[in-house]
Amino acid sequence: MTQEAAIRVDDLSKIFTLHNQGATSIGVFEALKLEVMPGECVVLAGESGVGKSTLMRTIYGNYLPTSGGVFVSHDGAPVDITKAPPHQVLEIRRRTLGYVSQFLRVIPRVSTLDLVIEPLLENGVELEEARERAITLLQALRLPEAHWELPPSTFSGGEQQRVNIARSFIREYPVLLLDEPTASLDAANRAIVVELINAALAKGAAMVGIFHDHDVRDAVATRLFNVSEYKAAA
Amino acid sequence: MTEVLDRPTSSQSVGAVEPLLRVSNLTKYYGHVAGCLDISFEMRPGEVLGIVGESGSGKTTLLNCISGKLAPTTGSIAFNSRRHGLVDIYDLSEPDRRRMQREDWGFVHQNPRDGLRMRVSGGANVAEPLMNLGRRHYGDMRQATMDWLSRVELDLGRVDDKPRNFSGGMQQRIQIARNLIHNPRLVFMDEPTGGLDVSVQARLLDLLRELVRDLGLAAIIVTHDMAVARLMADRLMVMKGGHVVETGLADQVLDDPQHPYTQLLVSSVLQI
Ligand SMILES: Nc1ncnc2c1ncn2[C@@H]1O[C@H](COP(=O)(O)OP(=O)(O)O)[C@@H](O)[C@H]1O
Ligand SMILES: Nc1ncnc2c1ncn2[C@@H]1O[C@H](COP(=O)(O)OP(=O)(O)O)[C@@H](O)[C@H]1O
Ligand SMILES: [Mg+2]
Ligand SMILES: [Mg+2]
Repeated sequence: MTQEAAIRVDDLSKIFTLHNQGATSIGVFEALKLEVMPGECVVLAGESGVGKSTLMRTIYGNYLPTSGGVFVSHDGAPVDITKAPPHQVLEIRRRTLGYVSQFLRVIPRVSTLDLVIEPLLENGVELEEARERAITLLQALRLPEAHWELPPSTFSGGEQQRVNIARSFIREYPVLLLDEPTASLDAANRAIVVELINAALAKGAAMVGIFHDHDVRDAVATRLFNVSEYKAAA
Repeated sequence: MTEVLDRPTSSQSVGAVEPLLRVSNLTKYYGHVAGCLDISFEMRPGEVLGIVGESGSGKTTLLNCISGKLAPTTGSIAFNSRRHGLVDIYDLSEPDRRRMQREDWGFVHQNPRDGLRMRVSGGANVAEPLMNLGRRHYGDMRQATMDWLSRVELDLGRVDDKPRNFSGGMQQRIQIARNLIHNPRLVFMDEPTGGLDVSVQARLLDLLRELVRDLGLAAIIVTHDMAVARLMADRLMVMKGGHVVETGLADQVLDDPQHPYTQLLVSSVLQI
């Protein structure tokens, strides 16, 4: 039996139409194809503005493609997230598909520990166990204990980023999207994130990543995927 | 021009599960003035639907029609009630419809004065829905009232104070407790944080979000505030001139809006 792809991007095209700016069209990519197997970390390459983040957001169901589909393996069957109804997209994100962006976009005023625990509680893990796992991860990421009970809105960029990472890695998602997760981290913290990524890959997670830092890229990539090869005709 | 931009598979239909609510071709005219026009959608149990759009776009009209406060000009509203199953709410007799509203629904008004009885105490306001459902055990009702007052973080020592002696934010908390105490299946909210100071608004939103999540409540939230929509809603409907112009997953509608009006609406607010 051949193994099912964790992500299959099928003839995906994206054109943004900006209706209030003279209906300007921005063609990003065209007929893009990509398959990601469990245990793979595909790193997106191409210069800034080529559409790496757009591809990733489309895989997450956050952007709507102009044509084509994105099949995510969910409960053992491929589901086209670009055509799934909202409740199903949310269910896929809850149990299968994680996304770490460069920015922490979370609920204001909720404490760091509660933010990190939340994905576990949503998936039925008991509070005690969830707390333990959250604390272990926050310690590994060297986030000072004094920060745990505070909401991250006042934290530094690097501290917020580590909360973001903790929140996503704690779930052990089968499929994970990483959009420059190490952008504001120092070398020591980057190394910890590399370890987390490699541990998740070893357990069979499938990942798509964008990393500007070449050391990080070399340490985690199983292959590169050049988005510019699918550049939409201008 | 008024075509609805819907996502590829209809998010209008909830699929295999029996819907909690089914609105079909709902239209409301005030004389010659259009309130809302030809609106159809379904909701699932536990789903939070946000209705956004500028002032005058028909949000309140739609909410009032669905919640049985305002008879539509044409169209139908079917609700899956505990007592009757999925029924057209206007096919029910008036007393049956009123009972269904009391049992299965909550309605949080923007202005607490519209949702509270100002002459009776805060505690009595919270307990009243239980009395209306025929509960008679005073001790149990008192206990439930206290539980709810503490869930909405109100000082239990003030249970006997009249609503007018509370601040706007606290009145809104009383109204929320009053509308959740009877374990409704669907809660309607019209700009629930609209009249409050920004800091009070933020705390109330946290509370609402937590309650909706913990109780697995289905809710329809009308707001003109995109930040509220992003925080609270699973799904959005964008209204303009009485029509729904776009609908879909909340973050998708906000981050990759397709309709010119939605693009304008989203670009005119600061990124959060
Ligand atoms: N929400 C959006 N609306 C309009 N245009 C967008 C949006 N997101 C990205 N773009 C455009 O798509 C192109 C690709 O951007 P992006 O995916 O961020 O590139 P990269 O991540 O490779 O730097 C850019 O021209 C960008 O301006
Ligand atoms: N009671 C009413 N009588 C006449 N016209 C009304 C009444 N209520 C609302 N309208 C009109 O219906 C349209 C939609 O209003 P409304 O539903 O209140 O919009 P929103 O809640 O989005 O601000 C507006 O043109 C408004 O003037
Ligand atoms: Mg990018
Ligand atoms: Mg209104």
